[in-house]
Parts: sequence; C-alpha cells; structure tokens
Amino acid sequence: MTNVLLITFIITLVYIGIAKRLLTYIKILAFQGILLFGIAFINLIEINPLNLIFILLETIIFKTIAVPWFLNYVIRKNKITREAEPYLHNFFSLIIITVIIVLSYILSSAIVDGSINKIFFVVALSTLFTGLYIIVTRRKLITHVMGYLVLENCVFILSLAVGSEMPMLVNTGILLDIFVSVLLLGIFVNKIGDVIKDGDVEQLKSLRD
Amino acid sequence: MIAIYLTGAGIISGIIFFNRHRTINYFLVFIFLILQWAFTIYSYTHLHSEELSFFRIDALAIILLATLSIISIPAFYHSYIYFLKHKEIPRQRAIYFSAMVVLIMAMSAAYLSSHIAVTWVFIELTTLSASALVYHRRNIRSLEGTWKYIFVCSISITLVFIGILFLSIALQQSGSTDLSFSSLLAHASSLNEFWMRLAFIFVFTGLTVKAGLVPMYTAGIDAKDKAPSPAGALFSSALMNVGFIGIFRFYEVVAQTSLRVWASNLLIIAGALSVFVAAVYMLKVKNIKRMLAYSSVEHMGIIFLGIAAGGIGYYAAILHIIFHAFTKAGMFFQVGQVYRIYKSKNIFDTGNYFNYNLAGALVLLFGFLCAAAIPPSGMFISEFLIFRSLFEAHYIFVLVIILILLAVIIWAFGKNIFKLLFTPAVNFKDENVENIKWHESSSQFILLGLVIYLGFNPPPQMLDLINEAIKNFPR
Repeated sequence: MTNVLLITFIITLVYIGIAKRLLTYIKILAFQGILLFGIAFINLIEINPLNLIFILLETIIFKTIAVPWFLNYVIRKNKITREAEPYLHNFFSLIIITVIIVLSYILSSAIVDGSINKIFFVVALSTLFTGLYIIVTRRKLITHVMGYLVLENCVFILSLAVGSEMPMLVNTGILLDIFVSVLLLGIFVNKIGDVIKDGDVEQLKSLRD
Repeated sequence: MIAIYLTGAGIISGIIFFNRHRTINYFLVFIFLILQWAFTIYSYTHLHSEELSFFRIDALAIILLATLSIISIPAFYHSYIYFLKHKEIPRQRAIYFSAMVVLIMAMSAAYLSSHIAVTWVFIELTTLSASALVYHRRNIRSLEGTWKYIFVCSISITLVFIGILFLSIALQQSGSTDLSFSSLLAHASSLNEFWMRLAFIFVFTGLTVKAGLVPMYTAGIDAKDKAPSPAGALFSSALMNVGFIGIFRFYEVVAQTSLRVWASNLLIIAGALSVFVAAVYMLKVKNIKRMLAYSSVEHMGIIFLGIAAGGIGYYAAILHIIFHAFTKAGMFFQVGQVYRIYKSKNIFDTGNYFNYNLAGALVLLFGFLCAAAIPPSGMFISEFLIFRSLFEAHYIFVLVIILILLAVIIWAFGKNIFKLLFTPAVNFKDENVENIKWHESSSQFILLGLVIYLGFNPPPQMLDLINEAIKNFPR
C-alpha cells in the first residue's frame, strides 16, 4: 500500500512539471498532502499515539487544507495572473523530470544497503530535485514558494523513512515546515503583494553587481 | 546558567518589542549587555560543563562567544547613534532592538549547542531575526534583500535538515540514535561511508549560506548591504562564525573517518572558488558595503583552505576567524559614518574622506591594512600560517592561484579605499557636511587595535583555548 501511494506521489511530480495554471499547482499540493497523510499513517502506526496524531494533523490540516487555501487567498488578493509562466516549454520540463526520476532510481540502486526502504529514497530524491527544478525554471515568486513546498514534502518523506526510530526528527521537520511556510507566505501576503503587483522575479533585480 | 540566559534574553526581547518608550528600551538593551557578558564570563569559568543536556561549553564555543560579546557592545552603541541621526520611529526602533537581542542570543546558543539538531534550530532562528534587521528601512530594495535572504536561507536550512536525516541513517546503522557531536565523534569510525558522504555534502552546502562561501554566499551579500551598518557588522562577523562552527564541528567528525581526504578536497574547492568569486566581484563592485561583504567571502574562503590543509592550518584558521570578525565589524561601523557624510554608499559619490572625518579616515586606512593582511595586522600572521599549511600539505598549485587572486583583491580593495580617502568627490557640495566627533570612531580603533595586539602578543589563555578546540583533529 505504501508503495502505491509513493508511486502516485511520483506521478504528481510529473504532473506538476507540466501544469499550466497556478490553480493546478495548488490542487496537486493538496493532493500530495493527502498522499503523505496515508504514507505517514501506514508507516508510523507503532509510535506514540499523541505524536502520531500530531503528524497526521499536520499533513491533513496544514498541508492539505491550510496551505492551499492560503495560496489561493494570496493569488486572489494580489490579483496574480493564473498562468505559471515557466522559462522552458512544458515538453522539456516533462523530459527533465523524467530524467530526474530515472537518475534517482539509478543512484539508489547503486546503494547496496538494506537499512532504508529503497522506494522512499527514490521518491525523496526525485522530489528534492523536482522542487529545486521548479524553483529555478518558473518566473513568478509564488511558484518559487510552491517549489519550496514541494521541497518540504521531500523532507517529510525522508523523515518518514527514518521516523520510526527517531520520531524527534519527524517533529523537527514538521516544525520547520510550518514555520518557514508561514514566514514565506506571510511576507508574501503583507509585503511583496503590496509593492510588486504581479510578483515577477524580473522586478527583483536591482540588487546586483 | 544557559537556561537563565535564554529565558532572560527572550523576556528582554519581548519587552523591548512591546514597549515604545525610548529610555526603557535603552535600559533593557543595557541589561541585556550585562547578561551577555555575565554569561560569557560564566562560560569561561565553567569550561567543559554540560547544561540542559543539549549544550556543552567547549573551547571553540568560548572563543567565538567572547568575540561576539566584544562586538555586541559597539554594535548596540552604533545602533544608538544610528537612531539618533536617522528619523526615529518608536515601532521600528522596538523591532530593531528586539531582533538584535534575539539574533545575539541565537548566535550564542548556536555556538554552545552540542547537538546537531539544536544547532540547526538556532541557525533557523538567526535567519528569522536577521531578516527583521534587513527589512529595517522598509523600502522596495530592502524588501528585495529580505525576500532573497529568507528564501535562500530557507532552502539552505532545508538542505541541512536533509543532511541531518542522512546522518541519522548512518548513525542508526552503527546502533545509536544520539545525534550529539560527542556521540558522533565516538561512533565516527563505524559510520557508513556512503551516508556520511551524502550528509556532509548536504550539511556543508546548506551551511555555506551563513558562512558565506560558494555556492550559497549571494543572499548574505544582499543582507549585509541592505541592513543598517551596525547590523551589517554583526552579519559580517559573528553570523558568519555560526556557519563556520557548524561546518567545523561536522568536519571534525568526518576527519576521523576514511572520508577525510575527500572532504578536505571539497573544502579546498569551495574555499578556492570563494576567493575567486570575491576577486571577480571586488574588481567590479561599486558599493562600499558590498565590497566589504565580498572581502568577507574571500576571508572565509581562506579560512576553509586552512581547515582543509590541516597541520598548522587548523590553528591559523581559528586565529583568522577571530581577527576577521574584529576587522570587518570595525569597518562596517565606519561605513555608517561614511554614509552619513555623503548620503551614498557608491564609491563614485564619495572621496576626500580625510577632509571631513579624520578619525574615520584613519579607521578605514588601518582597516584596509588589516583586512588586506599587511603587517602589522594580526591577519598577516594567520594568513601566512595558512599558506604555510597549504605548502606543507602539497597544495602548491592551489596556493599559487590563491596568491595571484589575493594580489588582485588587494589591488581592487586598495583602489576603492584610496579613492574614498584621497581623491576629491565629483559633484559633492560640502557646505552642510555633518561634523562627526572623533570619539564615535573610538570603538573601531579598539577593535582594530585588538587585531594588531592579539596578532603580536596573543595571551596564553587564548592559545590554550585554540589548541584545545583543535585537539580532535588527527595530526
């Protein structure tokens, strides 16, 4: 069951690479939250119930409901246009993300070591590089934040892989997730949106040498 | 004591934030300085004691904590002058001082923490408080600097966390779940090589955002430029040391394993590239503060070359980091005065500084001599020892390239500083120039004097601490 969820997660990565509209990105992020909820539930069932409830609440309330709602609110409040505006054509994004997934698979196959479930490692690495790829190839600031949220999901998956032994790390990762997302989005809502209307990185180029 | 310190600093910062009264504000800052110094002295007298199970007072932490405490006095003093001379809005002043108190507290705790996850938490806290300081002027440029700083720091801190997760996999295989540095050192030989490699790459890349090395140095440059100069002084000295101590402690663990040569090559590449990047930008840069920030990148590069070369290099690197912190803090404080005279940080709008502020001009001149490692600067000694360690470790090729790049940097640095000091400024009307009193520069003379004095005549206590800090490295 975990494997099915993880493979669905990889498919969402491919989908986010070719999505055209910001609303699709938000929906995918919410869907990833649901998938993470399932994965966490299956994998961490043995740990301390209070801790488990905290982790599950984080995935379902924070990742699936609060953050997507907040993103939607930011987009509407700042009247950001609904196109994602990548620098590269979506066809190339599709190829690059596929290459990322294949390379992560090859890299993880090279590790001959049974201590970590291989599929977790493949998914986490692909998510990491896809997140970074989305950050560098999209023009809007809000898509940078979305790329960062994908990166956070990578941290979550990876911490689940070690989580049954060290639940403390999962909690720290979740606190990072909440803290940074609130910080980034909060600045976005209050400051950037008021000053820079379309939230385009082209407007943040005055500081350079 | 560390519990008292953390709660005390937290309470003081909270009261400053909600209080709008000027006298109470400065009184609380004064109380915090006393607390900071009491804590520093307490730590020095309680070397090797463990507190709250996540903090351990060791030699390197003491050295950096004392450096921070020395710099924090002039930092608050110059902040006071900054608010005296600029338009003072009570709310902004409250946020500024509150953030500065949290920043100093977080940096002290990051030095002292003995657990890699706790270090990570406090590094995250420095990002938050530092970005409040960067956003102080509340215009579009500072917003841009803040956004870039927060975004790049968040990504880097995530990378560090991923590194810690890999480290925990390696640790679990050797049968432990304790992520403290002492436990890592004890288990170093049995850690899985592959996971350690991944962990080191991620932790190192992430921490370079604070240490100011290639690849993540960019955000720090913007932050130092856009923050008020007293805050910039802290960013360019103590905050870089936070990144340094994180990498240093992890490298200490890796140096016990068979990965040592690989990791030191990684440090050599990052360090040499940092010096290269600094050289390229120093030739091009026109903003004085950014120039100083790139000079910090250069010095950090040299420090990590020393760490990677080993031998006498460990000792020299720690000496260098102390001197660099004092020098760069002093120069940043002085740039605040330059800005008050010319109302500009651009090198083209400034000039003939000796006519307007004699003491300040002397600070810049001596600061330049110190930062360029020209005798009598203490940095001459540490830099010389680092070069010696590179030579002894047979990195001759790297050494030659670094020396050529350093010559370029000294030329570019000197060209800009001498333009500022001696060449008359174009289109500058000097009727209403502010008369800056000499005693405002006295703190900088003390800092630069420390660099020279400690270089020639290091007190035995300091040498003992440095030797204690590097004792875990293989000879």
